[in-house]
Amino acid sequence: MTATLTYQHPNEQGYYGRFGGAYIPEMLHRNVEELKARYLDIMYEPSFQKEFQLLLKDYVGRPTPLFLAERLSKEYQTNIYLKREDLCHTGAHKINNTIGQILLARKLGKTRIIAETGAGQHGVATATVCALKGMECIVYMGEKDIERQAPNVARMKMLGAKVIPAASGSKTLKDATNEAIRDWINNPVDTHYIIGSVVGPHPYPDMVARFQSVISEETRWQLKEKTGSELPTHVVACVGGGSNAAGAFYHFLDELSVQLVAVEAAGYGVNSGMSAATTQLGTPGILHGSKSLVMQTADGQVVEPHSISAGLDYPGVGPLHANLFASGRGTFVSATDEEALQAAFHISKTEGIIPALETAHAFAVLGKLQLKTTDTVVICLSGRGDKDLATYMKAMNI
Amino acid sequence: MSRIQELFIKKQHEVLNVYCTAGYPECNSTLTVMKALQDSGANLIELGMPYSDPLADGPVIQASSSKALENGMTLVVLFEQLKDFRKTIQTPVILMGYMNPILQYGFEKFCADAAAVGVDGLILPDLPEFEFETEYGPIIKQYGLDFIFLVTPETTEERVRKLDELSSGFLYAVSSSATTGKEKDFTAVEVYLQRLQSMHLKNPVLVGFGIKDRETFQSACKYANGAIIGTAYIQMLNETKNIEEGTRHFLQKVLGTTA
Repeated sequence: MTATLTYQHPNEQGYYGRFGGAYIPEMLHRNVEELKARYLDIMYEPSFQKEFQLLLKDYVGRPTPLFLAERLSKEYQTNIYLKREDLCHTGAHKINNTIGQILLARKLGKTRIIAETGAGQHGVATATVCALKGMECIVYMGEKDIERQAPNVARMKMLGAKVIPAASGSKTLKDATNEAIRDWINNPVDTHYIIGSVVGPHPYPDMVARFQSVISEETRWQLKEKTGSELPTHVVACVGGGSNAAGAFYHFLDELSVQLVAVEAAGYGVNSGMSAATTQLGTPGILHGSKSLVMQTADGQVVEPHSISAGLDYPGVGPLHANLFASGRGTFVSATDEEALQAAFHISKTEGIIPALETAHAFAVLGKLQLKTTDTVVICLSGRGDKDLATYMKAMNI
Repeated sequence: MSRIQELFIKKQHEVLNVYCTAGYPECNSTLTVMKALQDSGANLIELGMPYSDPLADGPVIQASSSKALENGMTLVVLFEQLKDFRKTIQTPVILMGYMNPILQYGFEKFCADAAAVGVDGLILPDLPEFEFETEYGPIIKQYGLDFIFLVTPETTEERVRKLDELSSGFLYAVSSSATTGKEKDFTAVEVYLQRLQSMHLKNPVLVGFGIKDRETFQSACKYANGAIIGTAYIQMLNETKNIEEGTRHFLQKVLGTTA
């Protein structure tokens, strides 16, 4: 498979096809260049791998189970496996990346950690690993999101992080990301920026994808054990920035028989003007340091997306995914707020698992995939739904 | 020879470049502000093209950009406003902005339109030198525009030399690795500026970030050809009722032309 590693790795300048790169101001050059020069060497050092693997096992709780969802399989007349990232410590896949990056930050000699967060899941995962390693932690979060996600704000504070409201622009995830990048510009020496998704300037998309790739690495051997084959026919994951999808797809990217299904948030509907389906609505542009598909006006101003799920509410998408979309390697579909809500209730009752709203989008498209009885479908169950209880309660009129 | 290069032949010391945001404070005040800057003694005008996500700007300039966007400023509107500006303004003008709006406008069309109306140079902080060299630089040169790279105290000597080589017009020395508007200790900055000065670069050097008054302007000018004021000027615009008068008072203070 070495001959066809085209979808997995960016080129030396950080491009996946036409997308990627590092469009950063000079003030960030040294930090990004240092990361670019060292991330692969550090990540694959035996001492790093030893500590990383041990923490994934004993702290995060890996490997996460691959669960055959029998009732769901019966309903869709196929074989559906759930990759249970919701069982990770802190309740979502986000911690796979933050564990990796905190160890990397220490190898780089950094003492101060900054992060952006939308729904608060990445913020909590970052605050968690900072507590674990005794590092200073500052999380930027949009003013609006702070109001919407009070429990996660409380969790971050309890873990010792400082939560700074992003009050600029639209006061949501994209602005929190801007503020975090500004913080990094203002603190170039002691600070490492833990980006939460496969976005940002090169090498972030590749680095985060590699840390999340443990999802598909485990899926392969787990499937082999259960079905005799390492390869499913479909892998389904929700995509905002795209970190859980990148992890779930990673070791199947160059297995062309595997259909990779990326589910975006359609909000009120793709063409409603209130949507976050970036590949459907976006055009090539530059956001947060890389060239990708971006939701923007004809004048090139970035627009504020909408999704019921704060984790998918992002006007861009990682360059890896933009390339999967543009090349046709990935199948990009979308689910509306309403479809996601229905799916969340359905999965809760069918499998006894309350999924995160983000994850619920992945389940919402099962009916649209024309699955065969012989198919093997892996759904990345990226997070648990506790954080979304307020939304679910509202939907139930509680 | 470009207007910017001509300026530096005539004037090597205390060159003052003032930043203003297109479409701020009102959509139609762009030319009023530019004219006021020229009449009050600015040697260069750096005209910001507003963007929704300006990573390298501080809160004051970002707020002015947001307001300008609300005011209806776009690149199409801007070039319409600038159509005849050379009839009244002779000062060299540099457009400063971010790549995304320019890509949507069309990079080559942008350069063509900028050159056609009489703009002299570009500062695009998020255009990296690799993409500059391989893709965009030749287009910029084709239309005779100067391109100004930024260097910071963290930029290695080798890289400063490379960015100097790629730049024309002048080199923009960020006085600290910080977004605009942050105050920093100016003595640390002097060491850095002396280092740049001792390198005998091809381009004149203007210092930006943290320049806000006569004192910081003079400190910057001690080791460089001049300086750039942005945040402090926008702050003045936020408060003034009269753009011409406010600008005159502000620049008199910076240039020391008043008691």
